Amino acid sequence: MTALAALFRRDIRIALRIGGGALVGMLFFLTVVVLMPFAIGPDLATLKRLGPAILWIGAMLASLLTLDRLFMGDSEDGSLDLLIMSRVPLELTCATKALAHWLAAGVPLVVITPALGLLLNLDLSTSLAVALTLLAGTPALTFTGMIGAALAVTLHRGGLLLAVVVIPLSIPVLIFGVAASQAAITGPVPFGAPFTILCALTLASLVIGPFAAAASLRQRMD
Amino acid sequence: MAMRLKGRGIRCVRGGRDIFSGIDFDVAQGTALAVTGRNGAGKTSLLRIIAGLLPAADGTITLDGGGDELTIAEQAHYLGHRDALKPSLSVIENLLFFRDFPGGTPADPQASLEAVGLGAIGHLPAAYLSAGQRRRLSIARLLVLRRPLWLLDEPTAALDAAGQKAFAGLMRDHLAQGGLIVAATHGPLGIDAQELRIGDNMSDPATPPEAGNAADRPA
Repeated sequence: MTALAALFRRDIRIALRIGGGALVGMLFFLTVVVLMPFAIGPDLATLKRLGPAILWIGAMLASLLTLDRLFMGDSEDGSLDLLIMSRVPLELTCATKALAHWLAAGVPLVVITPALGLLLNLDLSTSLAVALTLLAGTPALTFTGMIGAALAVTLHRGGLLLAVVVIPLSIPVLIFGVAASQAAITGPVPFGAPFTILCALTLASLVIGPFAAAASLRQRMD
Repeated sequence: MAMRLKGRGIRCVRGGRDIFSGIDFDVAQGTALAVTGRNGAGKTSLLRIIAGLLPAADGTITLDGGGDELTIAEQAHYLGHRDALKPSLSVIENLLFFRDFPGGTPADPQASLEAVGLGAIGHLPAAYLSAGQRRRLSIARLLVLRRPLWLLDEPTAALDAAGQKAFAGLMRDHLAQGGLIVAATHGPLGIDAQELRIGDNMSDPATPPEAGNAADRPA
């Protein structure tokens, strides 16, 4: 347990200090959402209708942007070898790294969502509903994305492979995340149905992600 | 029971090319093995195979008398070319992670830093360290957590003369405490060690023979 706490502390510190990735995702999210009204035009009704989808796509791309930091840094400086040689099971190592990554890079996206909702003419309750779906859905983006991040360091292919592998896995999360957000605004389906499926996707990814990533890292041959 | 690291008939294939084969070695408790050979002979590959970071194409490696439940990798320290240091963390934060995470018998971090001559700069971010200091900090990693087997890849690279001498002393202490060392090296290690020379008997068309005339070969 102390071993996992040490790993968790280290990853959080690296993410929050200068040169870490915590702010990059937030800034990207902000940029996407700020630019969207300029592209779509000043029609408030349209903005309001598209708002949840814009927020979700922005959050998804922002989390994809920072995903390659999950294993790439450790792979390049040789830390990954030492993580693999630890007595801690590699699955738990992966799960801990992903959790730290989500707290440092995913939670800030959720926190600024209500503020960004204002830019898209969403009222507060709608923004909070979108934030809630993001809170439930972003762990799934991180934990399924971890599989792609592990494959990228295993095969020595960077961002391109990551995007190609991760985006298809993220589509169900996007569909049910936006569906739950829309349901909170207009209906016709109740909020609970898509939201429950979103939570189920997250729970499944929490289980599958660490095992798949660890299996991939064990195949690393350099 | 005394510990003994045994390798039998180890073969390494990388990128479809035989690097070495039929390597046997025996390292008894309290002794060191120096792996030597030309560049590309597979010294690093052999160390990584022992560390479980690279699969062997053939052969077996066992560590007798170690922890029954533990793999060789879980009882070994690997000091590779790369320092595994995070520039944004301080020297002591880097070191504490390697005390708490890998698993083994922990030791005093400040004493470990002082043993490698970094006692005064524990608070400094690792980004400010020179190449030699980074290597010293990596060596402190071996001291702050006790594991019986040390796998060292060119351990004295980047160290100054005083650092090499101090490191030889640390290796001697480790052997005296019943440790084992396997080191890939070009220069003298500074400790008594049996030598394992690899790569000499493999015909290797990709690299010119050492005595060959490089000017005759097409560019």
